[in-house]
Amino acid sequence: MQNTVSAEAYVDVRLHVNGTVQALHVDSRVTLLDALRDELALTGTKKGCDQGACGACTVLADGKRVLSCLTLAAQCEGREVTTIEGLAADGRLHPVQDAFIRHDGFQCGYCTPGQIMSAVALLQEGRAGSDEEIREFMSGNLCRCGAYPNIVAAIREVAGRGSE
Amino acid sequence: MRPFEYVRTHDMAAAVALVSADPQAEYLAGGTTELDLVLKDGVLEPGRLIDITRLPLRGITCAEDTLRVGALVTMNELAADPTVSERVPFVREALLAGASPQLRNMATIGGNLLQRTRCRYFRDATVPACNKRAPGSGCAAVRGPARMHAILGASEHCIALHASDLCVALVALDTVVEIQGVDASRSVPLTQFYVLPGDRPDIENVLQHGELITRIRIPLLPVGMRSGYLKVRDRASYEFALTSAAAALLIEDDTIVRARLALGGVGTVPWRALEAEEILHGAPATRRTFRAAAEAALRDPFTVAGTAFKIELAQRTIVRILQEASGVQS
Repeated sequence: MQNTVSAEAYVDVRLHVNGTVQALHVDSRVTLLDALRDELALTGTKKGCDQGACGACTVLADGKRVLSCLTLAAQCEGREVTTIEGLAADGRLHPVQDAFIRHDGFQCGYCTPGQIMSAVALLQEGRAGSDEEIREFMSGNLCRCGAYPNIVAAIREVAGRGSE
Repeated sequence: MRPFEYVRTHDMAAAVALVSADPQAEYLAGGTTELDLVLKDGVLEPGRLIDITRLPLRGITCAEDTLRVGALVTMNELAADPTVSERVPFVREALLAGASPQLRNMATIGGNLLQRTRCRYFRDATVPACNKRAPGSGCAAVRGPARMHAILGASEHCIALHASDLCVALVALDTVVEIQGVDASRSVPLTQFYVLPGDRPDIENVLQHGELITRIRIPLLPVGMRSGYLKVRDRASYEFALTSAAAALLIEDDTIVRARLALGGVGTVPWRALEAEEILHGAPATRRTFRAAAEAALRDPFTVAGTAFKIELAQRTIVRILQEASGVQS
């Protein structure tokens, strides 16, 4: 890689993250994931495969779940980004966060922010109609610890289907 | 990874002019293929990326039994369209069988048509032999371990698979691609949009540099024509197809009046099975007919050791989807 980068290879972008606006001047190649972690110190969003395969970097953009590792920071100008840090309100955990804790929906915890962001979106999409449907629509989030049964249980509970 | 200039524009003519005038420029839409190959694999090295996601190429409209879909409509948006569910349900099935929910929120329909192959040798820049990446360098996949590769339209020059699920249903429907160039626009049937690799696997479709897909036109199925998409894969979800098939059948008095069939997981391009359709047309809707059609579809394969299993698997996939679409089990 070249050590010097021309001015054209940088871009100004205003990132709307969790309700605040941040002005950044970054290399055009910087992904939303790296901008969140390295520029804004929002390290809750995790870098797993960094190649769109594992879902650890899942965030919401304009309310829809996307992979921040395959999104340029520059592409997010004017879009409202929500990360795991933006879920809790007034010091209270989001119901999905609370359910993950009570159902032990993780072991090492590395994939958990992505799992939770994906689960929040899944519930909004109305895709928690059955355990089978939850599994299918959570399939973009891998968990190497294998906490899947407890993740499904947590989502099922928030969906109001209890422990059926 | 080479630095690139990022350009965002709201004007389609400006975008097309920019890319057409600059051989180093490429379009950026959903990014799920482009950024993967640029940032992560280092296989593509554009000097400039033109972000087209703010162009007015969204929206789905329906008129005269044709669905018009803007190139920037996402996979999830198309899957949620009520006309798709009602009149071309196998398009929805194919969409939801592909990628993951996150990727389907990002990936656009235009980008889905233009997605690059998942061939590991193509995506690994340290592999010297890849005719698609470096014309004339050979094909590492033909000699090395290969499994997720094509057996139709393939040759010793290239066995890279076109991995789209959506395009299998679209090619079965005679979808038309609308294209904008600097001076003119044109429409190309999807069945003629892709170019078989031959001895130039680097040429994948009929687009000239700078031409932009603006919209696709999907002809709706006649009422009463039943369709289905079947995808066979190593995992239940979030995995590319080993084989897949999209079928639509219109049956009257146990006779197949009209049939459409296309295959995924086996072709260097989304594969329309015209020979199989000929056998189906006018034939009795029986398992015997379906098997004959399946054999016709796989008559001329090019296999390597790791892909030979796909011949029988693809035939069984065809029989199964024809059984499901027809309701005929024996």
